[in-house]
Amino acid sequence: MKLKSLAILAASAAVLATSVTVTPASAYEYMVPQLVYRTGPYAPNGIPLANGFIDYMNMLNERDGGINGVKVKVVECETAYNTKVSVECYENLKNEGDSGALVFNPHSTGVTYALIPKATSDEIPILSMGYGRTSAADGTVFPYIFNFPTTYWSQASAFIKYIGDREGGMDKLKGKKIALVYHNSAYGKEPIKTLEVLGEKYGYELMLLPVDHPGQEQKATWLQVRRGKPDWVFMWGWGVMNQVAIKEAAGIRFPMDKFIGVWWSGSENDVAPAGEAANGYLAGTMHAPGSDFAAIDAIKKYVYAKGNGAGEESRVGEVLYNRGMLEAVFTAEAINNAVNIHGTKEIRGKHVRDGLEALEMTEADFARIGLKGFMKPFKVTCEDHEGGGPVAIQQWNAKDGKWVMVSDWIEPMKDIIRTLVKEDAAAFAKENNITPRNCG
Amino acid sequence: MLYRETGLFKTSYQADQALFTLTQDRILIGLILLVAFAIVPFMVNDYWSKAILLPFLIYSLVALGLNILVGYCGQISLGTGGFMAVGAYGAYKLMTGFPDMNLILVVVLSGGIAAAVGVLFGLPSLRIKGFYLAVATLAAQFFLIWMFNKVPWFYNYEMSQITVPPREVFGVLVTGPNSEPASQYLFTLSFVVFFTWIAMNLVRGRIGRGWMSIRDRDIAAELLGIKPLQTKLSAFAVSSFYVGMGGALVFTIWLGSVEATEAFDIQQSFFVLFAIIIGGLGSILGSFLGAAFMSLMPVVLKLILVDGVGVVPVDAKHIEIILVGVLIIVFLINEPAGMARMWQIFKEKMRLWPFPY
Amino acid sequence: MDVLYALLLQPFVFMAQEPLIFAETVVKGLMAGVLYSLVALGFVLIFKASGVFNFAQGTLALFAALTLVGLMEKMGDGLPKAAIVVIAIVATIGVMILLAMIVERFVLRPLVNQELIILFMATLGLSYVLEGVGDLTWGSDVKVLDIGLPDGVFDIGGVYVEQLDVVAAIVAGSMVTVLAIFFNKTRIGRALRAVADDHQAALSVGISLQQIWVIVWSVAGMVALVAGVMWGSKSGVQFSLSLIALKALPVLILGGFTSIPGAIVGGLIIGLGEKVVEVFWYDVHGGAVENWFAYMLALVFLMFRPQGLFGDKIIERV
Repeated sequence: MKLKSLAILAASAAVLATSVTVTPASAYEYMVPQLVYRTGPYAPNGIPLANGFIDYMNMLNERDGGINGVKVKVVECETAYNTKVSVECYENLKNEGDSGALVFNPHSTGVTYALIPKATSDEIPILSMGYGRTSAADGTVFPYIFNFPTTYWSQASAFIKYIGDREGGMDKLKGKKIALVYHNSAYGKEPIKTLEVLGEKYGYELMLLPVDHPGQEQKATWLQVRRGKPDWVFMWGWGVMNQVAIKEAAGIRFPMDKFIGVWWSGSENDVAPAGEAANGYLAGTMHAPGSDFAAIDAIKKYVYAKGNGAGEESRVGEVLYNRGMLEAVFTAEAINNAVNIHGTKEIRGKHVRDGLEALEMTEADFARIGLKGFMKPFKVTCEDHEGGGPVAIQQWNAKDGKWVMVSDWIEPMKDIIRTLVKEDAAAFAKENNITPRNCG
Repeated sequence: MLYRETGLFKTSYQADQALFTLTQDRILIGLILLVAFAIVPFMVNDYWSKAILLPFLIYSLVALGLNILVGYCGQISLGTGGFMAVGAYGAYKLMTGFPDMNLILVVVLSGGIAAAVGVLFGLPSLRIKGFYLAVATLAAQFFLIWMFNKVPWFYNYEMSQITVPPREVFGVLVTGPNSEPASQYLFTLSFVVFFTWIAMNLVRGRIGRGWMSIRDRDIAAELLGIKPLQTKLSAFAVSSFYVGMGGALVFTIWLGSVEATEAFDIQQSFFVLFAIIIGGLGSILGSFLGAAFMSLMPVVLKLILVDGVGVVPVDAKHIEIILVGVLIIVFLINEPAGMARMWQIFKEKMRLWPFPY
Repeated sequence: MDVLYALLLQPFVFMAQEPLIFAETVVKGLMAGVLYSLVALGFVLIFKASGVFNFAQGTLALFAALTLVGLMEKMGDGLPKAAIVVIAIVATIGVMILLAMIVERFVLRPLVNQELIILFMATLGLSYVLEGVGDLTWGSDVKVLDIGLPDGVFDIGGVYVEQLDVVAAIVAGSMVTVLAIFFNKTRIGRALRAVADDHQAALSVGISLQQIWVIVWSVAGMVALVAGVMWGSKSGVQFSLSLIALKALPVLILGGFTSIPGAIVGGLIIGLGEKVVEVFWYDVHGGAVENWFAYMLALVFLMFRPQGLFGDKIIERV
């Protein structure tokens, strides 16, 4: 026993010793942390998101030698979608590398909420692209938090517009019934208020159907749908909940083209287990699906052809992969902006914040990046951290096994959403003694 | 040689009843407290505070609470996460409802609320025993979490994720993002030290002996005149009080923003149960050792595997999960009585060191 | 008054008004109950034979299903589908037996005679190991499990019943029958019952405990495979599958840890109860009560029978 424990002790000491060896100093690099979850219940979604981000940055490093000639170093930290681990990751990575963490992507609404106060005080921006706290769109109260190109509330209003269109006019919504099947958490509850406010305006009835994590068992939820006979079903789901919901919807023969998922419920993973039955299922999106883009060709050429891909090449171009890539695109553009604004290559998180705030993506910009037609142009301002908020609807084609855009870009109901955002942000500012800054 | 009783004579009852009867123990504890209070605060930074010290201290408090119930009174509970949530949401409601209330009072009152809820959910223990009780306490876990997520009053009609407002204690900011790591650490440390002292005295007094007799043979204890109702419910109350304070500290100091469904889910309950079993059931020291093991091991493993050996983070996580599992099993096999027992054996050896016979 | 009405009368009015939905709720509740029973069955088998409260049962289901899908993917399209399925299932059973041996050798044997809670914690540790190994070997993506089970809906006079659920019910039914025959009619089965009754006595008549444990864990592994296949066909095989253990626990305490019929009846009661309450009491609670309601329901039963419906009577001595 004694010998054994001695051996173990020696082994661990050896490991520890190797762990403290200092790596030789190298050229200046931009450190971009990635809070990823490749394990745990939400891993199937976390993997493509992270891969898209890393592949794009690697492509930039290979093709252009980084951003403005400075290499980008992506440091992953595995969170398993757990807030406590994410906080550890955040503290561990915020001062890592030459530049310190330039921008955080929490990849979870709950983690975003937890990091908002801390990141603001540490002057590191958070890019919660299409998730997180919606009212962070108010840049006067949340100077370090960005949730462009669009938010949950904008998306909910775009859904209402879309179904109004399908029903033949917004006035036709009166007396209609919409069921919201949602992940029973802060994330899932995000759209409720918007949908309620709009319900008062357009006269539809809203039916709320929460599903507890993880959502493996939803028979009762869909019995409710059968009982309430809603005209439309919206879903704010995540992980296994999506797959089961689509399967159950098919099980009660709910028409798939009246079933719309949030953009986190519209990936290849979500429709796969239901097979043919998922055909026609709709989901929101902020960017185009597919891999017919010059940027993706570049990723294949510079990263996968050299065997450096983060995942399997066949999965490049999946919905969540593209979203991870888009996140990397915005991060890279913001860093570039920051360098231009401040005239130095040695930037920190707070400089990237300025870069994010000055972000303007035009058609020409998307074409330059190699993503022509990938998404609608938008502009971030000091006041508006959401950008334009355009949303499109995509549909699953089970026969070809791919997502197809079926709507134009839908403008959200900006006036209403903006009012709600302002109200919520003001309440947050009051509770936390924040004086909104002046953007004028 | 260094560590033995020889030559230490107790000349009064008071000395005989002291918490630490050995001079060496007193010196050791004094040194630890000195380092913890006087040296660590000057060295602590954000990472040490948020990733290592606060989790360790808070989980120690929670483990202590659960140990009172499981280790001293023999009632297995899997509702720890739920009771922590009671403490956290209690603290939130108190802080927003009474903005001028002192944070110390807030944390203690939150513990009190948790104690009341604990007694309520402890009632079935009078009839249900063993693993049936363990599974039954899951009812508390799932119900409480559901309630905090469902009833808007608990989160002031906003998002169900609650965020702590900034508060000062004696003029020093301790909650919110702008507070210094040292002040947060000291605040938590004081709580843990004070309530550990209370617990040490509780378990060796009349109440604690009652708990232990119920644990060892409940029917026999009843025949001896120990009332199962009061004894079991007092264990539930005290345990939930500690756990509730832990939950309040998780929310106010450590994370600053929590969501019941995520921060206090069933995994928390297992986590703390692991801590006390690995640390040692029915041992105050064990609660600390177990909490240290469970909260620090993943961090250490990650540091070694990712930053040290350079394993890809995802593989490191898998290896970490496997290693945690293996270590737990190895621990249970080699020393089912926990790390506290290993410490005891070590002390025995130290009495004879360096001349064992 | 309104509250009382909504709580006590309204739901029954709904049931009378919507007989079709009520019928469907009952059917689906029972079907869900069957699936819970499948998981609970594994718990009961192991608890009976080795006194271990095996929390890893859910992870076993995940691990078995992962192995099955992984093997099927590895084999590709070279063979006819049926052949692939059969080979993969046989191989998976082999893996589960191997796993049972490993568990017996490295976890159970060193922990003989330990307290229940220690054994319970060891199985939690085991579930971590299995999760890690499963993920590391087969990856964390959602894997579509298609072993040719029917996938559609029966429409019986307006009541929708999923074919997969019917298959699950049939499989569960036949599995219980097979287990019952195995336990009552075979030599090994008798030995298993002997061990369950009294370890010491079983040892003294020459029954090898270690062998029995391997057998019982293998059987539990196969039950886990069936449960994993049934759940995995619906959601795809992924990590969340391991969490179905939590749905089986209330079933377990309601039925009693030691009773196979208890697991079945408990599953049906829980499934039926939680679905009916979730659907017809919706106006009172607003949804997502299934998780805690199952435990509360079990708790109510326990108040009257502290050992569960079919559990062995607890005899206490001083």
